[in-house]
Amino acid sequence: MRERQSRRREVNKGENGHFDFVLLIVVLFLVAFGLLMIYSASSYKAGLDYGDPAFFLKKQLLSTVIGLVALVITVRIPYRFWKELDIWICLVGILVIPLVKIPGLGVTANGATRWLDLKVVTVQPAEITKLCMIIYMAAVIAKLGKKVRTTAGLALAFVPPAIAAILIYAVTKNLSSAIIVLGIAVAMLFVALPDYKVFVIAGISVVAVVVGVVLYAVGADDVESFRLVRVQAWLHPEDFSTDRAFQTLQSLYAIGSGGIWGKGLGQSMQKMGFLPEAQNDMIFSILCEELGLFGAMAVILLFIVLIWSCMIIANNTEDLFGALLVVGVMAHFAIQVILNIGVVTNTIPNTGITLPFISYGGSSVVLLLIEIGLVLNVSRGMRE
Amino acid sequence: MGFSMAGVKTRHKRKTFIMCVLCVMVLLMMIIRVGYLMISCSQHYTELAEELHERERDIKAARGRIIDRNGVVLADNETVCTVSVIYNQIKEPEKVIAALAKELNLSEEYVRKRVEKYSSRERIKSNVDKETGDRIRNMDLAGVKVDEDYKRYYPYGSLASKVLGFTGADNQGIIGLEVKYEEYLTGLKGKILTVTDARGVEIEDVGEKRREPVAGGDLHISIDANIQQYATQLALQTYETKQADAVSMIVMDVNNGELLAMADVPEFDLNDPFTLQEIYVQESTHKEEGEAVKAPSQQDLLNAMWRNGCINDTYEPGSVFKIITTAAGLEEGVVTLEEGFHCPGYTTVDDRRIRCHKVSGHGSQTFLEAFGNSCNPVFINLGLRIGAERYFDYFSKFQLMNKTGIDLPGEAGTIMHKLENVGNVELATISFGQSFQITPVRLMATVAGIINGGNTVTPHFGRYVISEDKETIEEFVYPQVEGIVSEDTSKKLRLMLEKVVSEGGGSKAYIEGFEIGGKTATSQTLPRSSGRYIASFLGFWPASNPKVMALVIIDHPKGMYYGGQIAAPVVKELFENILPYLEDMDYNG
Repeated sequence: MRERQSRRREVNKGENGHFDFVLLIVVLFLVAFGLLMIYSASSYKAGLDYGDPAFFLKKQLLSTVIGLVALVITVRIPYRFWKELDIWICLVGILVIPLVKIPGLGVTANGATRWLDLKVVTVQPAEITKLCMIIYMAAVIAKLGKKVRTTAGLALAFVPPAIAAILIYAVTKNLSSAIIVLGIAVAMLFVALPDYKVFVIAGISVVAVVVGVVLYAVGADDVESFRLVRVQAWLHPEDFSTDRAFQTLQSLYAIGSGGIWGKGLGQSMQKMGFLPEAQNDMIFSILCEELGLFGAMAVILLFIVLIWSCMIIANNTEDLFGALLVVGVMAHFAIQVILNIGVVTNTIPNTGITLPFISYGGSSVVLLLIEIGLVLNVSRGMRE
Repeated sequence: MGFSMAGVKTRHKRKTFIMCVLCVMVLLMMIIRVGYLMISCSQHYTELAEELHERERDIKAARGRIIDRNGVVLADNETVCTVSVIYNQIKEPEKVIAALAKELNLSEEYVRKRVEKYSSRERIKSNVDKETGDRIRNMDLAGVKVDEDYKRYYPYGSLASKVLGFTGADNQGIIGLEVKYEEYLTGLKGKILTVTDARGVEIEDVGEKRREPVAGGDLHISIDANIQQYATQLALQTYETKQADAVSMIVMDVNNGELLAMADVPEFDLNDPFTLQEIYVQESTHKEEGEAVKAPSQQDLLNAMWRNGCINDTYEPGSVFKIITTAAGLEEGVVTLEEGFHCPGYTTVDDRRIRCHKVSGHGSQTFLEAFGNSCNPVFINLGLRIGAERYFDYFSKFQLMNKTGIDLPGEAGTIMHKLENVGNVELATISFGQSFQITPVRLMATVAGIINGGNTVTPHFGRYVISEDKETIEEFVYPQVEGIVSEDTSKKLRLMLEKVVSEGGGSKAYIEGFEIGGKTATSQTLPRSSGRYIASFLGFWPASNPKVMALVIIDHPKGMYYGGQIAAPVVKELFENILPYLEDMDYNG
């Protein structure tokens, strides 16, 4: 009896033991649901543009399979293995970005060079960077211990992600990914540092700056500046319905016309070419149109469960590196979900951010599944 | 140390928890935001979205018919079909191309180009007759749509063409009654609301909303197709035998202004109104030869062909106007029927010698005889007696300076001297109907008023409009001005005019057994040296209690040009044909 108990404890504590099934089920459900929504949102246009309604679904399905294989592999590799590779991982995360500038390797679409052509698949390096920065910061902060509070320690932890963010913005013109990388870094520092004051002050100043810019934009007669126009379009989408706010307004049409019960799966009108990027950044609005308020709430609640599960795993992990890994992943998910829904509901100005697991995007789903793999591996080491 | 490590860990956990709770709170706020958009703003955005998705397609309404006073349909509708294809509904393109090319008599390339064109709806052919349309519909070809449509059809071709007018491509009235009564005739278009994708391609499975069209009301007019046919035939005959430029003929009810006929030959084919008739084409080539003259455009020529001389153009009325001078003189009391006059063949006004049409002079005559002789010196004398100011007052009283208000578009106004410019010479020429211009209908309306007991009428065609379900939509009422002359003056003029026909210059309009009144006119058109004349005759019946009046105007006849010689017989022939018929009909009850 006693022997059994100790064995069970060993299993629980061991690498091959129990892991968080709730999280896994939520993730698998979101992935499956995402595929369904991608098919629904893209089939009409795909049928017209590519002659195959399942064009986007097939590509996403392939990425999902790769992602699931990667997840299984990640779950099987003890997460501590990554801790010692921190410097290398950091270098990969930073150096992968400029690769898009190599002729023949970079892929340009919609005026921005954000993809790498690996012949078999195309990869978005910014997605890789996000994962690398999470691992690097978790490892560095765990290794530094209390020294993270020193200026040198802080620099060591924060400068690489800051460089990565600047590179992402400068090289690939991808503001949203840069914001996400910075956001993850700030979130991880918030957990690592004992301070509240700095973060509260920083938070207040960010809010103040945002309010200031908005007020300035409202009062400005000369709206030449690209960013100011963006703010104007955000405040009055119906005045910019043909250009700047076109997508936002189309998104609002979709959400609004969904109503409480929605039009039913597959019944969206806005996906018939009215809403640009319907299967991509704007998939949440198609979801609202088809499944109504209840569908939208269900999806947001699933993300809340996902984030909450991450918090439980992080707080039940004695190992700081493991906990911080989970915190980074949690921050990544939270930031992307909040920003994406904020954009489609016109709560914040339009910036291209995808909804994890639901939006179309191969690199995103693969890397997000690897992150879940990491979290699940950490959860194996949870205490009872 | 151990304690401190535990403290560090607790702190991490607390901060992780705080961060998580913050994120969850933001996400819950997002649910509220989404809820606000999907509940409170739902209606607003749904409306905007539907506006974006829906396309309207019209269903044409049948245009109201135009019907003569005896129920003869003068303007009708024909059902025609429009055949179109919807690209993304076509299943067997080859079969569709072959079938449509064969049925519609089109080349295969022409049909193929349209069938294979990637558009929401491509029209293959419109104005396809109903039989062919039905045949194509019965083939049940996927993606081929046959829509029924109406096309205006005029059973009598060119009859009353300038009165009825015709419709354009969208079935809208372009000239004539068709445009004047547009609001009654046009009906209410039906609508089909369909849902389309961003390219405008209809989405099939979404049900369509439909609003049925309402047919336009039938316009009942005062024209009598029989009289119109007689009048047109006579006008055409005169036009040909006299080689005139144009012949106008108007037949009107003296007491209420209803126009029984209005012909202005050459007329044009209402079923093919955009094809220029030969004479207009010749005119254009003729003009093109002249270097200075700018070649008129096709549209100018069409407008010339469609022009209704009875209302759109003015002319010098000549001696018919002596009716007005006489009425004014009698009203003013400056002349009696018995008063004696002497005509030496001319009269002198302010050193200007104005000749009578009878060079040798009419000699001694009573005013009644002078009227029958249409003696210019007598009327010059009369005009001078009345005086310009009073004379112009009578013009106003007789409504001569106003438009009649006829229910046809483009009525021309009277062109008259300004009172302050009227000297004795001008007054003299006005007295016998020259040096000013007036439309034929204006002249008729005033003369009708003078001979019917003093009530001017509004010449008109429209009587009432009846809806598809036999309800009267509107009965038209036209203004009359009463008491423009006294009953006595009216009676005297009826007598004088009867004498013109029975004993005077209008004898060629005399019909045995019918009491006809009338007045002839011959006026030289400007410039006076051109040798161009307008011969006319105004006649009415019965002379003692007038019911119907006819005016014929022959523009630039070749050869004989006296109204009494060439215009009076035309009215006679018309009356011979229609008076027995009118006696039976007795329109005025």
